[in-house]
Amino acid sequence: MTRAAPRAKRAESTDPSAPSTPTRGLSRRGLLGLAGASVAGIGLGVAGDRVALAAAAMPGAASASAVYPFYGSHQAGIVTPAQDRLHFAVFDVSVGTTRAELIELLQDWTIAAAALTAGHDIGEYGAVSGPYDAPPEDTGEAQGLPTAGLTITFGFGFGPTLFETADGVDRFGIAGRRPAELAALPHFPGDDLDVGRSDGDVCIQACSNDPQVAVHAIRNLSRIAFGRAALRWSQLGFGRTSSTSTSQSTPRNLFGFKDGTANIKAEEPNVVTDQVWVSADDEPAWLAGGSYLVARRIRMTIETWDRSILREQEAVFGRTKGAGAPLSGGTEFTEPDFTLAGREDQPLIGAAAHVRLAHPTQNKGTKLLRRGYNFVDGNDDLGRLEAGLFFISFQRSPAQFTSVQLNLAKHDALNEYIRHVGSALFAVPAGARENSFVGAPLFA
Amino acid sequence: MPRAFRSACVLGTSLLGVTLLSGCVANNPAATHAALTVESSQSECAVSTNEAPAGSIRFSVTNSGDQVTEFYLLAADGLRIVGEAENIGPGLRRDLVVQLDAGSYFTACKPGMSGDGVGKAEFTATKTDAAATVNVDLAAQIDSANTNYASYVSDQIDQLVTGTDAFAAAYVGGDFDRARSVYASTRVHWERVETIAESFGDLDPKLDLREADVEEGQNWTGWHAIEKALWPAEAEAGFEAYSTEKRAALTEQLVADTATLDDKVQGLTFTLSQQTNGAIGLLDEVATGKVTGEEEAWSHTDLWDFQANVDGAKVLYDGVRDILLQQDPDLAASLDTEFAALQTLLDAQRVGDGFTIYTDLTPAEIRTLADQVNALGEPLNQLTAALVL
Repeated sequence: MTRAAPRAKRAESTDPSAPSTPTRGLSRRGLLGLAGASVAGIGLGVAGDRVALAAAAMPGAASASAVYPFYGSHQAGIVTPAQDRLHFAVFDVSVGTTRAELIELLQDWTIAAAALTAGHDIGEYGAVSGPYDAPPEDTGEAQGLPTAGLTITFGFGFGPTLFETADGVDRFGIAGRRPAELAALPHFPGDDLDVGRSDGDVCIQACSNDPQVAVHAIRNLSRIAFGRAALRWSQLGFGRTSSTSTSQSTPRNLFGFKDGTANIKAEEPNVVTDQVWVSADDEPAWLAGGSYLVARRIRMTIETWDRSILREQEAVFGRTKGAGAPLSGGTEFTEPDFTLAGREDQPLIGAAAHVRLAHPTQNKGTKLLRRGYNFVDGNDDLGRLEAGLFFISFQRSPAQFTSVQLNLAKHDALNEYIRHVGSALFAVPAGARENSFVGAPLFA
Repeated sequence: MPRAFRSACVLGTSLLGVTLLSGCVANNPAATHAALTVESSQSECAVSTNEAPAGSIRFSVTNSGDQVTEFYLLAADGLRIVGEAENIGPGLRRDLVVQLDAGSYFTACKPGMSGDGVGKAEFTATKTDAAATVNVDLAAQIDSANTNYASYVSDQIDQLVTGTDAFAAAYVGGDFDRARSVYASTRVHWERVETIAESFGDLDPKLDLREADVEEGQNWTGWHAIEKALWPAEAEAGFEAYSTEKRAALTEQLVADTATLDDKVQGLTFTLSQQTNGAIGLLDEVATGKVTGEEEAWSHTDLWDFQANVDGAKVLYDGVRDILLQQDPDLAASLDTEFAALQTLLDAQRVGDGFTIYTDLTPAEIRTLADQVNALGEPLNQLTAALVL
């Protein structure tokens, strides 16, 4: 039994600086999956401290050296300036997992997420400093990589089983705490949803400026969950399609257009408060300081799009393809003038143009904080790129998304070239406090 | 079914002039063109030079005024429009690419889009060895193409009306075998002119909405609502047969909406760009809905629709082919080849009067069809630019 060897190194008995309470260290069960039966507690992985690497990175390489703390009043990864890469994962809590085990999982995930976002390996010994006869605690592929602005954001889904199973079983004693608004989104015209890419119990959004850092996070969090929760579906995204800070330029989607210029920005605190965060006056109380996350996998038929004429492409978006200015004139950030008419008194920005239908003034002032990513997952059986937009939005109420999407699904000229094939809704709790865990108020 | 509203965008283009523009832009990146700039202000229309070698010329028009503007390139008579860039919002830039024969022209801008315009100035395309010869007398051919296409649309909708009446009578009378047997062959008339039918925004969803596109609470009517009931074995578990009343209501609506469509297409006229974009739109329909088997979710008669869309696109192409032969014979040759190749693949799937049903196609057969749709789509989508500016 080579596994017996590490027992001598039990951190909780020999190292007073190593915390042993479940809220501060990975639980015993969490570590069972990591480094064998005998190692408990968590060190901050001196061997894998990547903050130092980041600090040594080239001056000006802000995207590599950025560090966003995991603990705080709101979760990071929402108003955080949108990073370039995404790994989004959705888990179902395993059959047989108890309430205590679910809480323990959230505690373990919290500890690990705090370490990962700080640029540390997970576990006491990290990737390569542990017992020679035990599997490494950290999977190791992020060694030598900077923090790259990693954020990890957790959300609770309405299904299929977390709050209540389909046949009404309250597995974790939280059925009464399900927010009334955390329910299935309505069917939108044109939806062609794949259940295998929809819904789920818990989501984890990992964003980073380095794809391997984001994948490393999801991979290790999945490993920690084995036996308690399992991956239901996941999505890689490259290339952010939104800017969430005025310091960022507006990126392009795979249609080649700048979209979402009018997105909510972190520098607009009043708008963020009004449109993104669930207020203490909203229901339920445990979600105060949180938000709702909508994820939609939007497939683009880009082959058809690519051979459509420029006139149509610009008419569909209502913007110029080059500068991203509204067709009513000006520059990218000029407010669109939806009444300005051109030839034959037709508005320059057409009735079905995307920029018109998505604009707050056409949606009773409703705004969404959009944080989506481009994706290309190989190709389909017809030789077409399996490409599109993995749309993510954060909003104070799912009704904000529903009203905007209903307007788009019915009228948007873009519908000719897109199809919604996956959909999910999650309640995103407030940020975790130190010595507590993400989502603690739900179980309080 | 129409993933709606394409037509609203496409049909907005109007034909105001015809000139030469060689197609296949991407195939010859080494080709050189003269690049000029135009600044359209409130009172000026400043072109960077008043002379350029005949051939491809690009006018990069920037609107520096505060009104919507237009830029015109006029023939030597100062009246006939050779090329134009319209609806340029304040601060925006739009490029006009034209192929000019050697000769005299005029440039002019029209800020505010009314009145006589400003800054009308002479412009000369100077002789070069490479410049193409332009046949400018195409008006008669275009007129004839437009008239022929209007007759085709009207004829197809007439046949749709007749077929729909027979289909409706069979269905409401409970002769489901008969209804099934004429379902696909009647819809062919719709699919051949689908982009025109779609241009009547409210009629299209009433007649051709797929179930996935139905909004919550919306009353689902039209061909596909009946299709589902005629092929119930393919429907979801628990799908209930329609009552006699519902069958009557659906057929009544179908017949009435088709009659309305018939009224609306009478006396329609089509511009050249509506024709070329119509052909493109029909092949897009094939690429997004038919070759994927999504259009006919229960009857699986997608290949009937496929052939009909191709028929409609081919009619549109044939209508303008003589014009194209003068302007871009290479593009015409490419389209001839690709249309024929696609037809060969479709002919291989003919069974009796119809086709193999979609679910009996092998993945390899579907893939071959999809590849050929792409092969045709790329040159076909050059058609508008090749014929219309």
